[in-house]
Amino acid sequence: MNLTLKVWRQKSANDKGAMVAYEARDISPDMSFLEMLDVVNEELTLKGEDPIAFDSDCREGICGMCGCVINGQAHGPDHGATVCQLHMRKFKDGDTITIEPWRARAFPVVRDLVVNRSALDQIVQAGGFVSVSTGSAPEANSAPVGQAVAETALDAAACIGCGACVAACPNASAMLFMSAKVMHLGVLPQGQPERYDRVSEMVETHDRLGFGSCTNIGECSAVCPAEIPMDVISFLNRDLIRSRAGRGMKRA
Amino acid sequence: MPLFGSSDTDTRPDSKLDSKLPTGPIEQRWDTRRFDLKLVNPTNKRKYKVIIVGSGLAGGAAAASLGELGYNVECFAFQDSPRRAHSIAAQGGINAAKNYRNDGDSIFRLFYDTVKGGDFRARESNVYRLAQVSVEIIDQCVAQGVPFAREYGGLLDTRSFGGAQVSRTFYARGQTGQQLLLGAYQALERQIRAGTVKMFSRTEMLDVIMVDGRARGIVVRDLITGEVRSHMADVVVLGTGGYGNVFYLSTNAMGSNATAIWRAHKRGALFANPCYTQIHPTCIPVTGSHQSKLTLMSESLRNDGRVWVPKKAGDNRPPDQIPEADRDYFLERKYPSFGNLVPRDVASRNAKEVCDQERGVGPGGRGVYLDFADAIARLGADVIRSRYGNLFDMYERITDEDPYKVPMRIYPAVHYTMGGLWVDYNLMSTIPGLFVIGEANFSDHGANRLGASALMQGLADGYFVLPYTIGDFLASAGPDPMTPDVPEAKQTEAEVHDRVKRLLSIRGDRTVDGVHRELGHTMWDYCGMARNDAGLRKALDRIPELRKEFWSSVNVPGENESLNQSLERAGRVADFLELAELMCIDALHRTESCGGHFREESQTPEGEAQRDDENFSYVGAWEYSGDLSAPTLHKEHLEFEYVHPTQRSYK
Ligand SMILES: Cc1cc2nc3c(=O)[nH]c(=O)nc-3n(C[C@H](O)[C@H](O)[C@H](O)COP(=O)(O)OP(=O)(O)OC[C@H]3O[C@@H](n4cnc5c(N)ncnc54)[C@H](O)[C@@H]3O)c2cc1C
Ligand code: FES
Repeated sequence: MNLTLKVWRQKSANDKGAMVAYEARDISPDMSFLEMLDVVNEELTLKGEDPIAFDSDCREGICGMCGCVINGQAHGPDHGATVCQLHMRKFKDGDTITIEPWRARAFPVVRDLVVNRSALDQIVQAGGFVSVSTGSAPEANSAPVGQAVAETALDAAACIGCGACVAACPNASAMLFMSAKVMHLGVLPQGQPERYDRVSEMVETHDRLGFGSCTNIGECSAVCPAEIPMDVISFLNRDLIRSRAGRGMKRA
Repeated sequence: MPLFGSSDTDTRPDSKLDSKLPTGPIEQRWDTRRFDLKLVNPTNKRKYKVIIVGSGLAGGAAAASLGELGYNVECFAFQDSPRRAHSIAAQGGINAAKNYRNDGDSIFRLFYDTVKGGDFRARESNVYRLAQVSVEIIDQCVAQGVPFAREYGGLLDTRSFGGAQVSRTFYARGQTGQQLLLGAYQALERQIRAGTVKMFSRTEMLDVIMVDGRARGIVVRDLITGEVRSHMADVVVLGTGGYGNVFYLSTNAMGSNATAIWRAHKRGALFANPCYTQIHPTCIPVTGSHQSKLTLMSESLRNDGRVWVPKKAGDNRPPDQIPEADRDYFLERKYPSFGNLVPRDVASRNAKEVCDQERGVGPGGRGVYLDFADAIARLGADVIRSRYGNLFDMYERITDEDPYKVPMRIYPAVHYTMGGLWVDYNLMSTIPGLFVIGEANFSDHGANRLGASALMQGLADGYFVLPYTIGDFLASAGPDPMTPDVPEAKQTEAEVHDRVKRLLSIRGDRTVDGVHRELGHTMWDYCGMARNDAGLRKALDRIPELRKEFWSSVNVPGENESLNQSLERAGRVADFLELAELMCIDALHRTESCGGHFREESQTPEGEAQRDDENFSYVGAWEYSGDLSAPTLHKEHLEFEYVHPTQRSYK
């Protein structure tokens, strides 16, 4: 099939950037969306033009490296999938497709569709871990974890850190990303000792980095390729209240 | 006549290869070594600078652990976050000799299975240590909050995995690698916050800096600004993963590459067993020339899926119209005791064989069925969904076919490289001060890796081996801060600059991917699942030509001073074009078959890999001689005191 692409081109962080149109010809419906971009890039290269920069690594939907907004939707039209898993059979011959980078204050554009998401790492640095140094762990089966609890933890831990939730949120909040980590560690016995400090430090860092606040719109969860549910956000909010109450008591 | 280096029957120890193997009873060797290793005084640790390239399971675990110990660590990765290292994609699980099932497992059995699975081409001492520390890995990961699968009683669940008859594989749905890596990543982020580790993402190492015969730093390129600069240290660790992307199509991530280990090789590190490649039997077949990578379908599927093809060549009826009598369940037929669960090399070769007989299925005829109909009839679709739901979804997304209704089509694909830089028992390469961990080294898997043991090895190296052995090296060397103004650093930087400039100045008419694709075809055809003398010689003629074509006609658009993904890929492909030749040289010299290395000239009457222990019971470690086509072979002879080499049999 043949398609028209309108792609955001921006040479560097300081460049203004603009949408540029390209023709994608002889595209097979079995191609993934990124393979379609590979084909366009090969042609651009042979014509002596700069290929379109975009991130990808695993191309299996797990590393979280890829991501762009396709026709206004983060990761495109396929539900519960990253853009590397999106296949061209979801489009029709003659379609026009707009492709833009994640847009958020905390994610400056690096080039074309590539953005800087290091703010997400900084949120994890603030407390998204269990403080257990190598060698100090007790026997693995010494603390049983009910099957349901383990499943809930894994549902939240499935987040791939792609940042689609931020891109989809009208407030550019990273609440879903952060809450997924808070809930993953917060439901497990291993995460209890640091549970309330973790949540308050992560939230403080999140706000400081320029992410917006959460107003429970739900776009984040709707576009999430790992299908992280909104429940994680209520979990965080409950823990945050308890954390603040606890701190207040300490101060009083 | 030997092809390269010393005579094939010469068993004298090679002076280049001091493997520093411990002696004594195998159960005590690691303990003894740990006691003998020198310690660094805790207050002195911060005076030592450690560079770790790679943030996967091996590099991430090492960086976190060394940071916790108080060393001054710098960690590098080419992705935008350490969490995205290729380890994230591992699906199936991680082995450990916990024996929670009471099913006969033990450290000795895991050791035994791994030595045998590797077709007797790994060191016994290393493998035993791996089996020992496997137990601690699970403890550590659970304490970090890794949400492994649990039984109803809340205890850890396990499953059995390709090639093993006990249930020792710990898993987190089909996302084991992701969850283990997030555990290591979180530990790493904790150290970054504590200030012991400095992380450099989107930064690619392009060379090793040698000072007085010792690795003292690396030259890197900042992938966003193009800045080329040096980082100096007391010791350099490479945890940069495998080189399966030599084949262009593989299950590896797009960015996985050999540059770090190849540059180190050219600076003097010996490269061991480069031809040992693992071809994984259960991947989604290739659909067209646009294909950019191949997708693995976890091996665990072979627990419930049955592999078959039509009995008759050229039978292209749809699968549901082929009656039982016309089907050949070839693995069950040939290997009644292991059936569909034979090790990977055996399953892959058999799939190739039936396709070569024109009994393959799907477009192009390069595929076999993996059929769940019986399992669904026996257990119900819900049970199958709970076991493999995410894999079935992934399959449907890619192929547009529903595996609950139509059998999956699978075909082998390049997956893992057992070869890598040669390291001694302490994980140090032949370059003093250069350590190599994870898939990047050659150490523990011999000629074939068993399922669920790469994650184990990466974490063993990073959490539990390197933190001890590196201290010994540092304590002996003493702290010696060095700035990047030394002439050796300036010289190496200049060489890196020149290379980048050269790549950007060619402006020919071939794309980087085009050349890479062609290299991949050559490697797959002649150095893939089955290899022979004539084919390898053809590849050895073609690869140097292709390398010349690359350097005269490739087109790398853009400039150095900004994010330039074509330039990144070009540098990696240039290195693959050199490494490929070494792989073929190694494959040609090893005229025996072993594990994943199948020489058609060396097979049993039943068509199984036939080892030649008399002549090839050694690690082949290659030294760069200055001429890519004439490397020097060094041999480390392998001793087997505990597991007696036999012909592997899975019948
Ligand atoms: C699809 C798939 C599924 C798998 N499933 C399993 C499984 O179920 N069980 C199992 O045991 N094994 C499995 N494996 C194998 C296993 O995942 C890998 O062998 C292992 O994760 C490798 O870890 P590593 O730390 O050595 O390297 P990697 O995880 O590949 O990490 C390499 C790191 O090095 C960095 N790097 C590389 N080159 C440079 C450079 N030049 N400069 C700077 N940084 C660099 C990268 O950025 C990255 O951080 C699987 C592999 C694949 C492909
Ligand atoms: S490339 Fe890894 S999630 Fe898309």
